[in-house]
Amino acid sequence: MRAILCAASLLALTASAGQAMAYTIFVSNEKGNSVSVIDSETMEVTDTIDVGQRPRGITVAEEGTHLLVAVGDDDTVEVYDTKTHERLYTLPSGPDPELFVLHPDGNHLYIANEDDNLVTVVDLKSRSMVSEIPVGVEPEGMGVSPDGKFIVNTSETTNMAHFIDTESHEIVGNVLVDQRPRFAEFKADGSEVWVSSEIGGSVSIIDPIKHEVTHKITFEVPGLRPEAIQPVGVRITKDGSTAFVALGPANRVAVVDAATYEVTDYLLVGQRVWQLGFSPDEDMIFATNGVSNDVSVIDVAAREVVNTIPVGEFPWGVVTLAD
Amino acid sequence: MGGTVRSRFAALALACALVAPYALGAVISAAVSTAANAAEPVTIAIGYLIPERRELTLSLMDRPAADLGAAGAALAIDDNNTTGRFTGQSYELLTETAATPEEAAAAVDRLAAAGAHWVIADMPGEALVTLAAAADAKGMLVFNVGARDDALRTETCLANVVHIVPSRAMLADALAQYLAWKKWTRWFLVAGSHPEDIAFADAIRRAAARFGARIVEDRTFEDTGGARTTDSGHVQVQRRLPVFLQDAPEHDIVVVADENEVFGTHVPYHTWTPRPVAGSAGLMPTAWSPVHEQWGGIQLQNRFLDKVGRRMEEEDMLAWMAVRSVGEAATRAASGDPETIDDYLLGPDFSLAAFKGEALTLRSWNRQLRQPILLADGKSVVSVSPQEGFLHPSSFLDTLGYDRAESACDF
Repeated sequence: MRAILCAASLLALTASAGQAMAYTIFVSNEKGNSVSVIDSETMEVTDTIDVGQRPRGITVAEEGTHLLVAVGDDDTVEVYDTKTHERLYTLPSGPDPELFVLHPDGNHLYIANEDDNLVTVVDLKSRSMVSEIPVGVEPEGMGVSPDGKFIVNTSETTNMAHFIDTESHEIVGNVLVDQRPRFAEFKADGSEVWVSSEIGGSVSIIDPIKHEVTHKITFEVPGLRPEAIQPVGVRITKDGSTAFVALGPANRVAVVDAATYEVTDYLLVGQRVWQLGFSPDEDMIFATNGVSNDVSVIDVAAREVVNTIPVGEFPWGVVTLAD
Repeated sequence: MGGTVRSRFAALALACALVAPYALGAVISAAVSTAANAAEPVTIAIGYLIPERRELTLSLMDRPAADLGAAGAALAIDDNNTTGRFTGQSYELLTETAATPEEAAAAVDRLAAAGAHWVIADMPGEALVTLAAAADAKGMLVFNVGARDDALRTETCLANVVHIVPSRAMLADALAQYLAWKKWTRWFLVAGSHPEDIAFADAIRRAAARFGARIVEDRTFEDTGGARTTDSGHVQVQRRLPVFLQDAPEHDIVVVADENEVFGTHVPYHTWTPRPVAGSAGLMPTAWSPVHEQWGGIQLQNRFLDKVGRRMEEEDMLAWMAVRSVGEAATRAASGDPETIDDYLLGPDFSLAAFKGEALTLRSWNRQLRQPILLADGKSVVSVSPQEGFLHPSSFLDTLGYDRAESACDF
């Protein structure tokens, strides 16, 4: 087995010298009630999985074998086989699950239940609900610290980032941010949490120890009225150097120097861009354009949109998985 | 009806009396207690004035629920309290009932005595002016959720009133922009004979002139009295209304101004020529619709349905926005002190997220809440104005209603 793995990684290494390793991109289509499966080699949709109603949050679990999809209108999280695309089982999620984050332990899923002001903790192995944590009004964004000690949940009407201790399930800090916080993303070294505020039009950089906003990034696109700039999805490269921020109806993805917080580029993508997902080796980042029903493929190094892939209706979430 | 109001009032008065000592204590302690001190929550008391609502409506669907408006305020109190758990603030709703301007002023005094610093008033213009003066004498801030009169935003400038409800001109402009976008620019205007109907018709005429439409025919439907409905009433409606609406020049749409519900509800499908209807019937401009679910609105709709057991109407949303404005300002100002909260609320940094796709702010000169206006027909939200392409140098939302230069108010 080890030999095969070695060979595989050697192959991957060789491949990456010439071209990136192959992977699969999964995109949840909120209105289409489907997940589009895209092959990285062809950048084309190879399969469309019919899922439950209103799929949004999407991630990969169980060492790449399971695809988790939050289907809000069915009040559950569905689990699919990443290879056969068959539905395996569903998880108890609490009502209207929208976004979730998988703990680094690979077993605990933290789910935001928008309608009930709760974060639900689910144990994947036992497929059972472990805990319900009361948070602010309309919880949505979910981030986890790299060491797994803290979850950050954002509540859209309370306008706070809630820091939750993953041992005690208690809230240990609340940080007020701008209007309608949608997404929380830790830097890989755990030094910062980035929280986007859709209506506030900003991204707050939070010190996760002091629970303080240390910096606020705002955006400006010539010719666009400020109200149209609505940050949602945030992804930061593992080396902590570059961040990508999806700006919603501004139809752009902002590229931010994650050390100086300066916005260095605005990349024109499709309409109403919400969520982002890196390829496994971070050479590409995928952006879901809800209104134009497509996914923009951005070359991370070149900072250029290199492809646009038509998917299902109202693409929402995106996750990638190495083949 | 009288009995219900009285008994409800008695219960509310009792509730107010119980709440009062806490509310007063809170106001006093607010200055020293801040968000950091979660041990002893600061109480923030908000009053809501319940109007005497019209019981008889042309459509049974439009009959007001007993808790119309107040239920929206109560939900916002819950929402504020959820946040308040983290900020050490506790919110209370005090309600009073008033039918006349004098009763409204007296109710404001009672709310002040009970410790409320804010009053949400679902009252017509005249009562608003009277109660605002009473509130001013007590240093209170009023949220107008009932009076749509443009004069209150352009001539009668009330310094202690925040207008949450859109004015008639904002509503008419929102409709006009959409009709202009559709290129339905020949309008047949039919207005009722009551002062409110005449005011709405004026706003519609102004909107037509602003956005390039023409009123090709302008008629008044006189309210000659009579019962709201009779058995077999449709037989006469379907004979009389089309006749009233015949012989108009070529038009694209019939625009109805009938705030008093004398005839508007009956206009769709009873026009002489087959044309769509908008205004007080058909496609209606509104601050909120029970079917609005975009921009996270579904979450608010679900919360409201769970708590109240009915759909969330415009009056509920207006009250929700008023209570949330206090909550938002109190959170941002990190204070329970009414003056500190008001400073934030009326200051340049205040904005409110209210499921309209962008931040809602106050027009500094007349304290009107800027907001997108929904165009809904009761079953679906057809569009949301402002429409793309109508430009404004500072805020697209200011393409709706009277702009700064057109208002004598300058706060």
